[in-house]
Amino acid sequence: MSGQQVARLAVPLIAAALAIGALAQGPAPPPETAPPVADASTPSAGEGHGASPGEGARQSLDYWSMVFVFMLSTFIGVGVIRRVSRLLHTPLMSITNAISAIAVVGSIIVTGSDHPLYIRALGAIALFASMTNIVSGFLITDRMLKMFKGEGGRR
Amino acid sequence: MIDALTQLSYVLATALFVLALHWMNDPKTARRGVQAGVAAMLIAVLATWAQPLIIIHHVWIVLAIAAGFMVGWPLSRVPLTAVPQRTALSHAFGGLAAGLVGTAEYFLWLNEARANLTPFRMTAILAEIILGYLTFTGSLMAAGKLQEIRWIPQRPVTYPLQNVCNIGLLLVAFVLGVALVLNPAVSWSAAVFLVIIGLALLFGVLLIIPIGGADMPTVISILNSYAGLSAVAMGFVLDNKLLITAGALDGSSGLILSIIMCKAMNRSFANVLFGAFGSVAASGAGGEQKAYKAETIEGAAQLLEQSSLVVIIPGYGMAVAQAQHKVRELYDQLKKRGITVKFAIHPVAGRMPGHMNVLLAEADIPYTDLTEMDEINPDLPQCDVALVVGANDVVNPAARYDKSSPIYGMPIIDADKARTVFAIKRSKNPGFAGIDNELYFADKTWMLFGDAKAVVGELVKQMSGGSGSH
Repeated sequence: MSGQQVARLAVPLIAAALAIGALAQGPAPPPETAPPVADASTPSAGEGHGASPGEGARQSLDYWSMVFVFMLSTFIGVGVIRRVSRLLHTPLMSITNAISAIAVVGSIIVTGSDHPLYIRALGAIALFASMTNIVSGFLITDRMLKMFKGEGGRR
Repeated sequence: MIDALTQLSYVLATALFVLALHWMNDPKTARRGVQAGVAAMLIAVLATWAQPLIIIHHVWIVLAIAAGFMVGWPLSRVPLTAVPQRTALSHAFGGLAAGLVGTAEYFLWLNEARANLTPFRMTAILAEIILGYLTFTGSLMAAGKLQEIRWIPQRPVTYPLQNVCNIGLLLVAFVLGVALVLNPAVSWSAAVFLVIIGLALLFGVLLIIPIGGADMPTVISILNSYAGLSAVAMGFVLDNKLLITAGALDGSSGLILSIIMCKAMNRSFANVLFGAFGSVAASGAGGEQKAYKAETIEGAAQLLEQSSLVVIIPGYGMAVAQAQHKVRELYDQLKKRGITVKFAIHPVAGRMPGHMNVLLAEADIPYTDLTEMDEINPDLPQCDVALVVGANDVVNPAARYDKSSPIYGMPIIDADKARTVFAIKRSKNPGFAGIDNELYFADKTWMLFGDAKAVVGELVKQMSGGSGSH
């Protein structure tokens, strides 16, 4: 696969993501109109679920930094994965599978926080599903990789 | 303080994830990659868990993690022929997790903190649940097809206006989504949210129904990408950059694998998802009946023994027959005679990317003898015998010139350029794509009919008998 093709695909994708994001962001409310309710609430108090509401400017900053992180890590991912040996595409898929089970982080937050029961139940199922992927993903990847032996390594 | 430590751990975990994928570039360092991945995941889990202000219900977490271990362990011990199903199943779990977390966050904020439902967050939640739930049902369907569960049709299912139906569904979900972003917390919002979940679940099923087995490598890669992107969306919802980076790594991996698979079939994404491969092929059949030439085991064994270069071309048939261990015995017999043996691996051979490599590695064949299509094709004219074990479309010469063929333009392994071709085939029916393979009718081709495992086993028996080592 040529780099050109990746670029050709990635550029519209990222442009679309940015456009959707910018539209979704909507016209940023001028900071003065923020309701006084959000007076002196320390930013770290509501950190568990992101910035406290009403801080339009800060939230917009967060949003843009997240888009940056997404864009850069996609490029890093493409760069790293293009160099993965074709021999190892099946283990690659199972290890990325385990890595995408990073959803475990979100699941733990939802399950462990002081939320209503049904919310935590949803979180617990999600946590179970992610954990299954982590355990089986890493174990089977290692199991498969153990089998790949060079010329001298045969039993 | 705790917060800084958490963020620091997340940065460390991200670095380790990138290294894990970097080390996958060579079989020699790949296992180190797994260790890096495990370390990163451990750091991420512990750092998230160790937030005393947020995490209170530890028992729930312990129970869910224990349950995950109990299911995950057996899932990692499946036979290697079942790896495509397992992979599809784990995409389903990944999608489910993302979908459920998105649902939980929405209802939490709807009931307790409506101000959190900004248009941006709402968009992210919708992306998360739509991708998550459609990956969930789509991957379950794919896993069912791969496992050949009885009530899931194996053959592509098509019906009139299929694409109109699918696109219409997507459009409805999109319109509802826009309405929800604009009104995240009015009286009908929760109902619309549930309808969108239902549509995503349904869409996942409809997306996979028309997909045939030959397209599975691409579809699994695309679902892999979706599972990663749903984790990215979760990161946007929860304002968590570790989720975004790790999800993006998975998303780009799925993207690259699908591009490789599409290129290896000379098809576009859209064509795979909306093309319904199997249905086109039927028209190609019905030409004049050509005759196969069958060869005996004795004759084939004799010719193999006289070769100096043998290229073995495995396909899904080898996986179905579990013939990889017999193939290894044949490999040993040939090697013993000083014959060079290479395996020619087509990128889409089997049901997922790299499927054949894993099976052959399981049978202890050194990976140095597993060669890619582009690498082996220049050698095939010098090859004495090309042995096709359960492969079909990937060696069909019609792909080079027959514009009416559904596989036209697909790069193939040049088996037909070898001096002699032996093809092991279970029956005289056409392959999965339903296309006649003219390689089988060529002058230099001889067929060995039967189950791949049995035929290769007999070849081995013949050769070991011939060398006097009963």
